[in-house]
Amino acid sequence: METITIDNSGKLSPKDFSSNMDVKWCPGCGDYSILKQVQTVFPDLGVPKEQFVFISGIGCSSRFTYYMDTYGMHSIHGRAAAIASGVKTANPDLSVWVISGDGDSLSIGGNHFIHLMRKNFDINYLMFNNQIYSLTKGQYSPTSEKGKITKTSPYGSLEEPFNPTELALGAKASFVARTLDRDPKHMQAILKRAHQHKGTSFVEVYQNCPVFNDGAFFAFSDKETKKEEAIFLEHNRPLVFGKNDDKGIKLDGLTPVIVNLNEDKVSVNDLWIHDEKDKTKAFLISRFFDTMFDEVHFPRPFGVIYADERPVYEDNMTQQIESVREKKGKTPLNKILAGEKTWTIL
Amino acid sequence: MNTIQENLERSTQVKEVDKIVVRFSGDSGDGMQLTGMQFSDTAALFGNDLSTFPDYPSEIRAPIGTIAGVSGFQVHFGSTEIYTPGDQYDVLVAMNAAALKVDLPKLKRGGIIIANTQGFDAKNLTLANYPKDANPLEDGSLANYTVFKVDVTKHTKECLSSTGLSTKEIDRSKNMFVLGLLFWMFEKPLNYTINFIKEKFAKKPEIADANIKALTAGWNLGENTEIFTTRFVIAPAKLPSGTYRNITGNHATAIGLIAAAEMAGLPLFIGSYPITPATDILQELSKYKANGVKTFQAEDEIAGICSAIGASYVGNLAVTTTSGPGMSLKTEALGLATMLEIPLVVVDVQRGGPSTGLPTKTEQADLLMAMHGRHGEAPLPVIAASSPSDCFETIFEASRIALEHMTPVVFLSDGYIANGSEPWRFPTEDELSKINVSFLDKPNGDNNELQPYKRDEDFIRPWIIPGTQGLEHRIGGLEKQDVTGNVSYDPANHENMVRLRAKKVKRIQDYIPLAKPDSGNENAKLLVLGWGSTYGAIKTVVRDLLSEGYDVAHVHLRYINPFPKNLGELLHGYGRVLIPEMNSGQLIQLIRAKYLVPAIGYSKVQGQPFTTLEIKEKIIEILKA
Repeated sequence: METITIDNSGKLSPKDFSSNMDVKWCPGCGDYSILKQVQTVFPDLGVPKEQFVFISGIGCSSRFTYYMDTYGMHSIHGRAAAIASGVKTANPDLSVWVISGDGDSLSIGGNHFIHLMRKNFDINYLMFNNQIYSLTKGQYSPTSEKGKITKTSPYGSLEEPFNPTELALGAKASFVARTLDRDPKHMQAILKRAHQHKGTSFVEVYQNCPVFNDGAFFAFSDKETKKEEAIFLEHNRPLVFGKNDDKGIKLDGLTPVIVNLNEDKVSVNDLWIHDEKDKTKAFLISRFFDTMFDEVHFPRPFGVIYADERPVYEDNMTQQIESVREKKGKTPLNKILAGEKTWTIL
Repeated sequence: MNTIQENLERSTQVKEVDKIVVRFSGDSGDGMQLTGMQFSDTAALFGNDLSTFPDYPSEIRAPIGTIAGVSGFQVHFGSTEIYTPGDQYDVLVAMNAAALKVDLPKLKRGGIIIANTQGFDAKNLTLANYPKDANPLEDGSLANYTVFKVDVTKHTKECLSSTGLSTKEIDRSKNMFVLGLLFWMFEKPLNYTINFIKEKFAKKPEIADANIKALTAGWNLGENTEIFTTRFVIAPAKLPSGTYRNITGNHATAIGLIAAAEMAGLPLFIGSYPITPATDILQELSKYKANGVKTFQAEDEIAGICSAIGASYVGNLAVTTTSGPGMSLKTEALGLATMLEIPLVVVDVQRGGPSTGLPTKTEQADLLMAMHGRHGEAPLPVIAASSPSDCFETIFEASRIALEHMTPVVFLSDGYIANGSEPWRFPTEDELSKINVSFLDKPNGDNNELQPYKRDEDFIRPWIIPGTQGLEHRIGGLEKQDVTGNVSYDPANHENMVRLRAKKVKRIQDYIPLAKPDSGNENAKLLVLGWGSTYGAIKTVVRDLLSEGYDVAHVHLRYINPFPKNLGELLHGYGRVLIPEMNSGQLIQLIRAKYLVPAIGYSKVQGQPFTTLEIKEKIIEILKA
């Protein structure tokens, strides 16, 4: 058990968030980076350490909870979202972080996932997506690409994968972002944004599994391919990508079109300007992913795809309690016990 | 005791009787449940003791007039103490032919039938599967009963013809007409129901007026015509003095939880998914927002218990309510709660199973699931309510045990007592005991270390809630190291932890009352050992038999895990032990295994509670053998 250190300086450091448990992920696992970025960012969030609560499910990702020196519960497979719902409803003051994986969130926990997005608690949801089941040693996951060869699909998986950001948007998430383990600065920025957003913040983190699915996302981080394969979104900025920032995306009606800024006589001014609050466009961006645009190869978007605040569940609950209390007043226990109609026997 | 039958044969006077059973029976859309409840509440307010039994199909509106659509409400009320809704009824209100067909078999010979004649037209008779051209109201087949034929539909229409309401709306008032007639027949006042109607239809005064008119017209039919020869008076019951209310088991469960939260000084959180017959509890609690009750209608049964685990983790009295199928879905999370060692109340309102089974009917078949239905070794306290009002005390106890012993607790009720009602001499706040809860606020170990799994002398670990400065720590489903709570795969530690968790539950024995006979003597020739909702039937029978000179006794168990400390000794004092259960014999397995008592089982698995006659005959059979 750790010793309790009282930090008198007031300012916490990343080390304050590191628990005394040995970290037991495989060497080279993307989870290390995510842990490091979370510990780096947390001191800057201005939240007292005891207010942080991590709730995780089951899987490699979900061991995360043990490594953070905050409150935390490593729960059961797929149910972190449901447990977090109760935590946040019962105590809205806590800063609640759900840690989950692609299988935990989208397969066994799929139902809780969509309802969490819909209900919109002010919590942060980090889904480590490695597109594989790792803790059970290599079976295809609901985000594995179709045809993937794994131990349970030796002749190729038959299933279309989920597109997590599109699913989250469809489930009415109020904040949807994507980042990746090999881009620490980007991840730190996204984590801060997720924290600042009031509402359920869904962050998909591409995470490399060096043992069972090595290199699944390298195209988005390797120097040679990154600028062609990834597009980094920024609010109010045009959608530009390409080796020399020479490509852009513009909208032709509702159809995204890739244009060459050098050749096509289009300037940056003609490009699609990213608006985080535009849900229709957020859907289009989230779909730079699957078959709809197969004939054109779009870069994978990273950054905040959508962010627009709406009332959160726990505030609605508090307000309802207050407004009913104002109207009806608290019923004294004796009155509840007696009910509406009583009679007395002498 | 006077019976209706004797009185009928004599005159048209007002007759006093001790107790009466009335069965309201009609189509699902005929409003029989509401009619029965209004009748019961009025009888209760008048001071009768009573017991009710709503008995309805799982279809909301099965095809009109069919046998599948018959909905019944039975009320047994009297001037003496009443513990069951009655084996058979004295009066059957049959709104249509199907209702008569379904419910006639349990009408006492010589009993009264009040039949709505329009419900016996050719179409209704066919729907009820009566042979062609046979009408029980006309063909003499009911000669052993007293039949009152009333054209309820026509009377209701006539009295509401000037209201301008549609035929459909008028038709829906006919249950009030019948209720008015029954009120006349049993000399009960109309005013309680009139006030109820006014409140219910406050925003639709024309509907309120129509219902009141129909109610009054029903009364007047009795008063002004000579069709009905006898009125019955049932004097108020000589119940212990005090202030009473009428209450169903589900409502008692709901307010028991509110009371427990208040006596523990904790917020109440309920995470549930609607399921028959438990839904009422969630519905009832959702009315208490002003009291800070947080009701969370979860996306599924699993989220119900998981959200409650989350709320418990941060310091609420957390509850999830369900019935059998939902219980199955919650078992994985129950394992987690057992491992976390946090308080949690799980309410299982049992129904006929397995699978969807008989969702609106009653059964006690989840006992062994409550005891053992988890992965790994995960003993939990299990306690069961015995009557509608007993749900209050029992859920309060469930909450106390959960909070004071840091454990999930399974509370068992069933459809019979959940929907049934009885008068209840309710307690006041001063009569309730405090529930002792404390949160750890500083390190509890040597060297200023936090030890989340350090136990007290009763093996209870501290409750440490997020938000407490300096006590940050991790818990989870992986096995814990003793004392520190760190993850541990050590073989000896696991065995030790399994034993410690079991000891914690067993130690609760020291905090529950000893078992004692409810009636009869210790060492009687035969003990009837019951649990749960069989209480009323067993109590009625054993008291009758005692007064007839039989050497019998009744012990009823609220605490099933752990059993009261003295139970073994108590059981061994009796000549024979009979265990009636609404399952194929579950408590009997536990009793035989634990105490090696050669108990005799008596099963009924029909979705219906035991009748007193069934239990009585069984007891006599054993005593005579």
